[in-house]
Amino acid sequence: MAVWLTEDSKVIVQGMTGSEGTKHTARMLRAGTNVVGGVNARKAGQTVRSEGRDLPVFGSVAEAMAQTGADVSVAFVPPRFSKDAVIEAIDAEIGLCIVITEGIPVHDSTVVWAHAVAKGNKTRIIGPNCPGVASPGKSNAGIIPADITSPGRIGLVSKSGTLTYQMMYELRDIGFSTCIGIGGDPVIGTTHIDALEAFQADPETDAIVMIGEIGGDAEERAAAYIEANVTKPVVGYVAGFTAPEGKTMGHAGAIVSGSSGTAEAKKEALEKVGVRVGKTPSETARLMREIMSR
Amino acid sequence: MDLFEHQAKELFAEYGVPVPAGKIATTPEEARAIAEEFAAAGTSRVVVKAQVKTGGRGKAGGVKLADSPADAEEKARQILGMDIKGHTVHKVLVEEASAIASEFYFSFLLDRANRTFLSICSVEGGMEIEEVAATKPEAVAQVPINALTGVDRAKAREIATAGRLPAEALDGAAELIERLWAAFVDEDATLVEVNPLILTADGQVKALDGKVTLDGNAAFRQPEHEALEDAASADPLEAKAKAKDLNYVKLDGSVGIIGNGAGLVMSTLDVVAYAGERYGGQKPANFLDIGGGASAEVMANGMEIVLGDPSVKSVFINVFGGITSGDAVANGIVQAVKLLGDRGETVDRPIVVRLDGNNAEEGRRILNEAAISVIEQVETMDEAARRAAELASQGV
Repeated sequence: MAVWLTEDSKVIVQGMTGSEGTKHTARMLRAGTNVVGGVNARKAGQTVRSEGRDLPVFGSVAEAMAQTGADVSVAFVPPRFSKDAVIEAIDAEIGLCIVITEGIPVHDSTVVWAHAVAKGNKTRIIGPNCPGVASPGKSNAGIIPADITSPGRIGLVSKSGTLTYQMMYELRDIGFSTCIGIGGDPVIGTTHIDALEAFQADPETDAIVMIGEIGGDAEERAAAYIEANVTKPVVGYVAGFTAPEGKTMGHAGAIVSGSSGTAEAKKEALEKVGVRVGKTPSETARLMREIMSR
Repeated sequence: MDLFEHQAKELFAEYGVPVPAGKIATTPEEARAIAEEFAAAGTSRVVVKAQVKTGGRGKAGGVKLADSPADAEEKARQILGMDIKGHTVHKVLVEEASAIASEFYFSFLLDRANRTFLSICSVEGGMEIEEVAATKPEAVAQVPINALTGVDRAKAREIATAGRLPAEALDGAAELIERLWAAFVDEDATLVEVNPLILTADGQVKALDGKVTLDGNAAFRQPEHEALEDAASADPLEAKAKAKDLNYVKLDGSVGIIGNGAGLVMSTLDVVAYAGERYGGQKPANFLDIGGGASAEVMANGMEIVLGDPSVKSVFINVFGGITSGDAVANGIVQAVKLLGDRGETVDRPIVVRLDGNNAEEGRRILNEAAISVIEQVETMDEAARRAAELASQGV
């Protein structure tokens, strides 16, 4: 067991024939992911050769699922086409759709979410603007480097890609059950809380690292959730203590407006419910190391 | 991107939202000329409003009534050049004065927590809505909007009614709210706020103020938004970085920062600020995310921007090799230094490099072999931050 992505996951790539899609399809295959095909309406019927495999290109997500039994989609579709691509995945009721694309207008993400809700939330959406999900040694769906860590029993959920990698690398000797990059956009399909719930329920996860950053109040709400529902130890890290108000720090969602969304407020909320929060990524890794060596 | 009040109102007008007539002045004389036009048309009272992208203008003395063109000139002279919460006033909006019967509050915004749009409406307008929400929560209606069905006239009326707007304002408010929704959606806005929304003495509903935030991610389908950017008050380094497609934010410290990935760079700023406490309060000089693929050219552009900041005394390059491996990053740095030399730039300030992750050892070897005198390698992020802060404190 891992969370959401296992060795049994069959992955299709939406936008497989584009430059990012091509590059990362090959990387995912090298990481052992069972990529079974791609989707591009204009190239349906073609075959793409990658890492010694012939991958069929289907006209739609529904067709790809029917032909291959795929249950996970990774989308590398450019921003202007992303809304339609994710709605297509939702309508096909694929179990998991991971949206890597950066720069999707937030109106589109909000419409997509409303659509997912209207359709009964049968598809778990992760992202957009996220690095994806990696269950080391099992499967890797997205752009997370596969060779920087090892399998183990820590669960990781993070808004930031490179901080995810940093943490995976620092704790590579202990290893991870699943690492989930939920993305730094204001509207995302999977939240810290969703990941915490999944890790709490996962028998192969013993402890959880949660990485947040400025903007919004997701970390504060996650803290409330932890207090009520999470019994496994949680270590936290929040980036952006020195970010000035009103300046967007790279991620569309990473902006502090008024008094809400500051790193300090997030840290306080987490510490109040017993989550140990590291001052730096390395200190956070040390705190987790202490927990895992008990 | 936040808009100035006058830009927001011009946008509102395009969508048929009633706003007072007004024009922009950058000098007291221009303000007088605009007031004279209004006087000639029969309106002698005008309002002179500072155009700054921050709240609390009224309290700061940035909004003044004027009874004559000469008075408008005098009020503009007082307001232009004023500093309001760190924003210098470069222009004023000279607007016909409105006969206000009542003031309300209205906004559409993105509700991140609930992943939907939200409207907020209140019969209590003119002051900060947070204040009203704290003191009179029953007077503030929050009505979620379904992103799939949006806002039609009936929904708009429901919102206005929930905000307890008086009966005589409901028709006008519903029409205005419906039009604001069109602006909110069609312009890819994340905030459209009207405070106050007024009922005039003669029964009209108007937007007396306007605050709009536009989504930069939508630039590809909103080509006209580029013209709304405030190039005049942009930091020159930020403007230069933008032209080179770099994600750069100028800060006020002395340690230049270059890193890959928004989260890691934000974290780097924090770690440098912590370390800097021990060295006379050295702080990060900027945020710069060069993204996943750190090519030599991107690295050179980044270094050029960071070193172009005279307050930078040392530079901290913090890269985690993920998809881009450490050796590629190291080669990028070496070539960047050479490229900068070719461009006639001298790399004269100390650069601390921390390379970790994929193929980091090979990357470190490449940097060692290149033996660039200003470059110093440190193994961990915390120690590298300390060293960069220390070097900055010794800089001239």
